[in-house]
Amino acid sequence: MANWKINMLTRSPWVFHLAAASCNNCDIEILDLLTPRHDVERFGIVLVGSIKHADVLLVTGCVNRKNVARIKRLYDEAPKPILVVAIGACACSGNMFRTGYQFAGPFDKIIPVHAYVPGCPPKPEAMIDGVVKLITKLKNK
Amino acid sequence: MEKKEVIVPIGPYHPLLEEPEFFKLFCEGEKVVGIDWIAGYNHRGIEKISEGKSYDQVPFLVERICGICSTSHPLAYVNAVENLVGLEIPERAKYIRTFIAEMERIHSHLLWVGLAGHFLGYNTVFMWAWKWREPTLDIMELVTGNRGNYGIMCPGGVRRDMSEEDFPFVQSKLDDIKTKVEMLTKAVLDDPVLLARLKGVGILTAQDIHNYGAVGPVARASGVAIDVRRDDPYAAYNMLDWEMVVVTEGDMLARAKVRLLEIFQSIKIVEQCMARLKEIKGDIVVKVREVPPGEGIGHAEAPRGECFHYVRSDGTNRPIRHKIRAPSYVCIPTFEKSVVGGQIADALICLAGVDPCYCCTERLSAVAENGKTLDGETLLRLSVEKTEALKAKGTPV
Repeated sequence: MANWKINMLTRSPWVFHLAAASCNNCDIEILDLLTPRHDVERFGIVLVGSIKHADVLLVTGCVNRKNVARIKRLYDEAPKPILVVAIGACACSGNMFRTGYQFAGPFDKIIPVHAYVPGCPPKPEAMIDGVVKLITKLKNK
Repeated sequence: MEKKEVIVPIGPYHPLLEEPEFFKLFCEGEKVVGIDWIAGYNHRGIEKISEGKSYDQVPFLVERICGICSTSHPLAYVNAVENLVGLEIPERAKYIRTFIAEMERIHSHLLWVGLAGHFLGYNTVFMWAWKWREPTLDIMELVTGNRGNYGIMCPGGVRRDMSEEDFPFVQSKLDDIKTKVEMLTKAVLDDPVLLARLKGVGILTAQDIHNYGAVGPVARASGVAIDVRRDDPYAAYNMLDWEMVVVTEGDMLARAKVRLLEIFQSIKIVEQCMARLKEIKGDIVVKVREVPPGEGIGHAEAPRGECFHYVRSDGTNRPIRHKIRAPSYVCIPTFEKSVVGGQIADALICLAGVDPCYCCTERLSAVAENGKTLDGETLLRLSVEKTEALKAKGTPV
């Protein structure tokens, strides 16, 4: 990625939240980031309603056979470059569900993933830390 | 005559809803005339995975069914196993279970109130409710070690004891929640904007509740007094003083009212639990040595209604069948009455009104392979064929 693009991307990243087959826990922790205790909107991080407006894609949950095609399509529709952050143990590796018949692989088999935030569920502080680390790494590249 | 229905899709990845679900609203103008629900986006095959886990491992699996009711499922499951074994758990464990279950109810109801405000475009309510939900999560983190997925239930008792040193902190946070929720309740129930959006919307009569078999706060908002905690007490509920909240209007405002008032009852129960835990000392777990062959059923009142688990054992250390029925499964069909006939603008708040939890509900999935959908019989035939083929090869099945 060109440097100016990364600069644009990392200044106030707009995020889109995609829940595959998740248990809701990571999702409510993501929403929790936007509410007064953590309030990441201070830094210009806004949850947007469409993938076409997003700079960062937050993915949670494990991929199942029914939504794998939709996740691929959603990623194709995203404006590139887009950063993908896998949040939670399910999105990173599949957690306890990897032995299930409906499991279609962790996220990094389906779409490129740039950062992993493990935990079940990860604390909101861990998610902030993950995104900050990703941005720092991209800036220093 | 020519049909003039327009299909409005909601989902599967709707910006407002945090879970993947797919509703088709059939509309004529502004009026909703039909609804269809396509499930399976959230199916993980938990019942099958559960058959490969030992009895002690399953609570960790079932609490990951749903992150919001992550105590109700393990509680219903351990009730089922204890029913199967015929086990009486220590009294201290009963109170700890009740404490955790009620704290979860407070957090879940506050979460719902916030999301309902969010769905109405009233983000002040969302921010308030979620801000005041944080103290419950602090208590949970102190008592269990995690903000969600508490990992506290195990067959025969609980895994972690509570310390008396924590009680002053818990009490101070509870007092904090109580004053804030009192203010929130008054603000929500007196707000002219919310009254205009909620009053008289999505009405379900007591007859509708009986017809669809709806449970939990949805039933109690329509004047149907059902609550597992009172009807078939588990944990310590029959030893505590609390009241069931029942209102009769049956509209969206009544559902909000039931949930808000239940928070106060839950705080009352939690305070009583702490008082009793100071007096009762002793073990917190009975070791389950052996699970005999047989069947066990267990249920628990989740924040959304009755959560039901069925476990069958053949005497080994793993369940051979584990059936789960979540409360949302019976509440979701009531959309046929609450959404249909209303305005399309009210549809979304009606969909949110039963506090639907799709990750709890989706215990099956229809998978279309090569363009054709496999039904139950075909899947059974394929399974039998595969088993026969393996047997023919000499592989132990």
